[in-house]
Amino acid sequence: MEIAPLGDSALLIRIADNFDDAPEDALNDVLAAKRSLEAAKIPGVIEIAPAYTTVAVFYDSMRAIDAGAPVEDVIGWFERRIRAALSASNQNAADRLEKSAIQIPVCYDTEFGFDLEDVARHAGLDSKEVVDVHCGSEYRVHCVGFTGGFPFLGGLPRKLATPRLDAPRKQIPAGSVAIGGKQTGIYPIKSPGGWHVIGRTSLKLFDPRKNPPVLLRAGDRVRFRSITREEFEKSRS
Amino acid sequence: MNATAIRAGFLTNVQDLGRPGFREFGVSLGGALDTHALRVANLLVGNDESAAGLEITFGGLRLRFADERIIVWCGGEFKGSIGSTSLDAGHPALLCAGEEFSLESPALGCRAWLAISGGIDVAFVLGSRATDLRAGFGGVNGRPLCDSEEFSLGQNPERAKVLIDKLRVEKVARWKPPHNWSNTAQRAPTLRYIRGSDSNRFVESTLQLFSSESFFVSPDSDRMGIRLDGPRLERNENSDLLSEAVAPGTVQVPPNGKPILLLNDCQTIGGYPKIAHMITVDLSVANQLRPGDRVRFAEVSIRDAHALLLERERNMEQFRRGLELHFK
Repeated sequence: MEIAPLGDSALLIRIADNFDDAPEDALNDVLAAKRSLEAAKIPGVIEIAPAYTTVAVFYDSMRAIDAGAPVEDVIGWFERRIRAALSASNQNAADRLEKSAIQIPVCYDTEFGFDLEDVARHAGLDSKEVVDVHCGSEYRVHCVGFTGGFPFLGGLPRKLATPRLDAPRKQIPAGSVAIGGKQTGIYPIKSPGGWHVIGRTSLKLFDPRKNPPVLLRAGDRVRFRSITREEFEKSRS
Repeated sequence: MNATAIRAGFLTNVQDLGRPGFREFGVSLGGALDTHALRVANLLVGNDESAAGLEITFGGLRLRFADERIIVWCGGEFKGSIGSTSLDAGHPALLCAGEEFSLESPALGCRAWLAISGGIDVAFVLGSRATDLRAGFGGVNGRPLCDSEEFSLGQNPERAKVLIDKLRVEKVARWKPPHNWSNTAQRAPTLRYIRGSDSNRFVESTLQLFSSESFFVSPDSDRMGIRLDGPRLERNENSDLLSEAVAPGTVQVPPNGKPILLLNDCQTIGGYPKIAHMITVDLSVANQLRPGDRVRFAEVSIRDAHALLLERERNMEQFRRGLELHFK
């Protein structure tokens, strides 16, 4: 396990070496590492953020020094505490929270899913088949980022994988459900974006007035459910 | 009581020390691009160092206050004034009800931070008053100030009231913090960095280019990052990585070979290889860079980075103690 400085205020811990072959294992290991690091309450640690195969630990070096870290080796001081926290966790990694999948209602009308036909053409399917395949799979959130609450979902059936747009669009509407490469995701707020938009949900993925401000977080299971235009309009009001 | 931005200027927004703790949800750190300058300005007006102030980009600001306030600004080489009297960076000044403070466009650098006694009283969102311009929340309605905009201020703290009484005659205090704390912009600076976590994704000659050549700031730079032009930085392989955490100060290299120095509003994750990370103390200088400016980079050890930060914090502690006599 590699621990490398991400500047002078964070460390990047590489938990898994491999993602493509075993994404679920990487995710579970990363989430377990995050939990153990949180439980360890290492002095000076501000926050811990997971992404795919890594966990970033953001720290305040001044608080670490106050807690006894030598200024000439703050990194070593943290590294020892991180390794201790992570090796302790390997012995009881069994307590994994298995929650059921969160349902995301999506209207796949081409007015919302303006790239649905392109995705279908790329996959050699018709639009309805794309919707069926997209709704037929269970996904997991591997990372939240890009904008607040944007879930990067793994588990997309291979035939739906579509390379990103060459030039990102300047504006994608909030709630847009999209495919980018081997992943699918949802744009929580109006933002630029380079993924193929196939539908829209009325669920609020990001709400800064709530804590946590997101609907989906790393590790969550997700399923999409196709709804009609009428159901979409009703759910929005 | 209120203040009114008669003219809001190019980009003026409410910032504090930022919004840590929500990166796992994709929420940027945000906050003043120079938290040190804002902390210093806040301490000088008698505020808690975490109070919200204004971040002013390229000046053009005219502010009027409805009651007595102590103000201090720090940052680039701007021309500040109260009515027809000039107000230099770092000097606490008393503004009476109806008086106007203005900040013209800078001769050097591009940003300034204004602390107002009592702080700016906007709602906390996710633990901070900082404006998140990209996501549109925090600050005043999640956006920069507009012309004629009124905003609320907190009550003058006791310390500020002492200063208000002391400055009734001379108006502008003669004392100020160390010059490089109040005037942070440098001409063609050399910024110090530690090697990036992906430096093995660059050939040695590219790493050498980065530390020996000059780079120029591109026009499309903002609070998310400073885009740089210069010798093309070749990557070992042209594929990007699986996204992982990035942070303010990270220098990432996209496929076009032009590095981007990330600032506080950067995304929480990125997939471009990271060639370097600016050290925290030099971010105060980095964020003053404006389009066309020249910059160089010099490698230091992480030990140096921490030692420099510790030294600055010790000086800050001393500065805080030294200020006490002005508040008695």
